[in-house]
Amino acid sequence: MNPYELTIAQATGQMAAGSLSSREWTQSCLERIEAIDDKIKAFLVVKPEQALLQADAADIIRARGDAEPLCGVPLSLKDLLCTKGTVTTCGSRMLENFIPPYDATVVEKLKEQGAVILGKVAMDEFAMGSSSENCAFRVPENPWKPGFVSGGSSGGSAASVAASECPASLGSDTGGSIRQPASLCGIVGMKPTYGLVSRYGLVAFASSLDQIGPLTRDVTDCALMMNAISGHDPKDSTSVNRQIPDFCTSLTKGLQGLRIGVPQEYFGEGLHPEVRAVVTRGIAVLREAGAAIIEVSLPRTDYCVAVYYLIATAEASSNLARYDGVSYGFRNLESQALMEMYKETRSQGFGAEVKRRILIGTYALSAGYYDAYYKKASQVRSLIVDDFQQAFDQCDVLISPVVPTPAWKIGEKADNPLAMYLSDVLTISANLAGIPAMSVPGGYSQQGLPIGIQLQGAHFREDLLFKVAYNLEQGLNLQPQWPGII
Amino acid sequence: MKITKEEVLKVAHLARLTLSEAELDSMTSHLDTILSYVIKLDELDTTGVQPITHAFAEANAFREDRVSTSLARAEALANGPCHNEEAFVVPKII
Repeated sequence: MNPYELTIAQATGQMAAGSLSSREWTQSCLERIEAIDDKIKAFLVVKPEQALLQADAADIIRARGDAEPLCGVPLSLKDLLCTKGTVTTCGSRMLENFIPPYDATVVEKLKEQGAVILGKVAMDEFAMGSSSENCAFRVPENPWKPGFVSGGSSGGSAASVAASECPASLGSDTGGSIRQPASLCGIVGMKPTYGLVSRYGLVAFASSLDQIGPLTRDVTDCALMMNAISGHDPKDSTSVNRQIPDFCTSLTKGLQGLRIGVPQEYFGEGLHPEVRAVVTRGIAVLREAGAAIIEVSLPRTDYCVAVYYLIATAEASSNLARYDGVSYGFRNLESQALMEMYKETRSQGFGAEVKRRILIGTYALSAGYYDAYYKKASQVRSLIVDDFQQAFDQCDVLISPVVPTPAWKIGEKADNPLAMYLSDVLTISANLAGIPAMSVPGGYSQQGLPIGIQLQGAHFREDLLFKVAYNLEQGLNLQPQWPGII
Repeated sequence: MKITKEEVLKVAHLARLTLSEAELDSMTSHLDTILSYVIKLDELDTTGVQPITHAFAEANAFREDRVSTSLARAEALANGPCHNEEAFVVPKII
């Protein structure tokens, strides 16, 4: 087995036993990237020399016996996490040359553990999209089927992990941007509870919805990554100060006493029959593992897309006002007057989808429309939170599809923004409610495209999600675990 | 029509964006589709429902007002598209 094929748990086990070094593992991943990334198009920048230096440093720490769980683990990072000294583009021409003067808190935490940063991966511009086609530089492809989308907005993260260019990646999830690409690429992805992971150094899209989380090849690795990145950060005022459990202790077999809710609204019209079949099989596996399966209702589900595309765009229009060409990022240098400079800078720096969302958000917040759009959406958001609270009075974890369909062809939905937005219908409510949610590989379509299963839990019950996800993974025992076609 | 070209132009100005003729056409059509869709929220009676901006209530996070190190000027200016070593330079304002 090539080192690049190993999971974090497998490889760190070998490193602890002395049969593998971080340099060998890192070198293997770098060679894999070199060999296949022209086809996958996941990486925007690869840092081989820096990665090997970090690997050598990790090997020395491990030899001393001081290794943290992620010591020597090679990773990719979605290109909206600030990396000191390494360009952070956010998938946008606007930040094409932006070199952050500091590391995001999650990057700092990974470095403190001795992790190795291989490079930065592609994404939809400013994380706005569901297919990564809005990336200004390159569009990652689904490792399972060339010409198909890897999902978005963390498409590069998902593609890099699914193609075994690296064992894990960090992405961000504002409306499904970790879970949806994880589902389409056949890997594990988690959006943590809002506030569990610091957002400091994450380029902001919609601040009340954004969360950073891991994409990994299996559930165990996801728990290892969550252990490393969770925790209070005084630099993020929405970061929650509470005790973080060891998520690996949740990885035990048996679900006796646990109630799994099946939200009826997630199985309605538009759900692909193959997706339905995969989730039905997943429910059977959880029942076999001892869980009680009950039907629940989230009656406002049908309104989530409308709420989301008003709140997320409103917050984005405000957050992205900072790109004015003054202190960092692109500037149109020909402009002779200030207003012209602002307008030309923003019009040339932003892509079409970003402009579209800024316009919707600005409209929803503007005088005369605020009550009808933004305020109304914020009220319905409150009702959606109530829906989840009532559901979690009756059950511990919700099971559902992640995306209504398997991956689609690149270009298929490019001219129909609403169709693209509607593909997020099953993931965005977790962001509106701030609850943790994850995507676990569930099976494959007849075309050989992966289909994920979504688990959602009450605030800060990642432990239960991990327990259910682990039992799902063990019970389904999917083979193969990644595409061997490349 | 939920939104006209004139309204899109007004919003574009508020957002400090310029739109070409072609962009204006497609943006107006897209915004109209999206606004026609989101109006479905009117089906729900929200009388007396408190709007929320975050999923759960957290207390405000205060810290002590202590002086600490911040970015050095050269570092802060390093990403500036136009500066004179001391400050960012912009086109004449008045």
